Amino acid sequence: MYYLKPLFIILLFPFLLTGNKVTVVNLQQFQTYAANKHNDTLYVVNFWATWCDPCVKELPAFQEESKKYSGKKVKMIFVSINSVKEVGKVQNFVDSHNLGPVVLLLNAGNPNDWIDKIDSSWSGTIPATAIYKSGKKVYFREGEFTFESLDKVIQSKK
Amino acid sequence: MKKLAFISAAIIVLCSFTGTGYNVGDKAMDFKLKNVDGKMISLSDYKTAKGFIVVFTCNHCPYAKAYEDRIIALNTKYASQGYPVIAINPNAPTVDDDSYANMQARAKAKNYQFPYLLDETQNIAGAYGAAHTPHVFVLQKSGSDFVVKYIGAIDDNSDDASAVKQKYVENAVDNLLAGKPVDPASTKAIGCTIKWKS
Repeated sequence: MYYLKPLFIILLFPFLLTGNKVTVVNLQQFQTYAANKHNDTLYVVNFWATWCDPCVKELPAFQEESKKYSGKKVKMIFVSINSVKEVGKVQNFVDSHNLGPVVLLLNAGNPNDWIDKIDSSWSGTIPATAIYKSGKKVYFREGEFTFESLDKVIQSKK
Repeated sequence: MKKLAFISAAIIVLCSFTGTGYNVGDKAMDFKLKNVDGKMISLSDYKTAKGFIVVFTCNHCPYAKAYEDRIIALNTKYASQGYPVIAINPNAPTVDDDSYANMQARAKAKNYQFPYLLDETQNIAGAYGAAHTPHVFVLQKSGSDFVVKYIGAIDDNSDDASAVKQKYVENAVDNLLAGKPVDPASTKAIGCTIKWKS
């Protein structure tokens, strides 16, 4: 039976490498991840979807930032606004791009009700990025980021 | 006079800051855009129309796809009542699916009974302030003007047409036909970013 042990580890290994599970949340639950956190960590919330090309294009910039500020009180939260029916598709994307650590899928009903609650200046177009600190929104922007432009904003808000 | 000049300069500056497309109540500009049949179309061509359901939409966007049948249904219901659909593709031709040839193919496959126009310069999408697809502007004709009466989403559920509770565009046009104010006159929706030429 010894020969089975390495096989078992190999089978297990891919799950150890990835494993950022997409969590489906409503608006109230979403707010507990960033807007309601009363501490000195900067929560950078990126709204994206697998079907949104400019979103997919800017994701590496957020991942790079996440690495740069690892352990330095900056936390990336990726919020997919894909349909809840596409949660499998989002999970596959997250696995293949190793997106994380926190990936949510916002399933909040009528967008006309919740878009304004995130930011009244938001037209609903993605990508969009909000930054929260000490339970307050300190930044919102609709549009794409590069690593440099995102870094500048994070530096200024830290 | 100096004061007046200062005030007008201030107004011009203010306008340039807030000038990101139309608000409800604004007069919308007419246009001359190429339809999928090769003809040029303007709002002023529609002599008997009471108004228009202008929809910025496209081929590639999953939201536009989800709403395609509902856009067709809007035209079926309201063209005969004086509010035809005018579909406009605002995307830069770098998006393959949204090329003129693919627009023609889509209009033919789904037998569009309304124009599907290409906003090649993106000037119309820019002037209207279309942000994403689909994005609707309901216009009412008033003399030779086209007054914006509603801006926003088609309804409140992109995912499932059968689960829709609020049909925003239908509600807007019904109210206009009945001579009533439109409420809500604007809504927000998720959609695909318009691909602007860089």
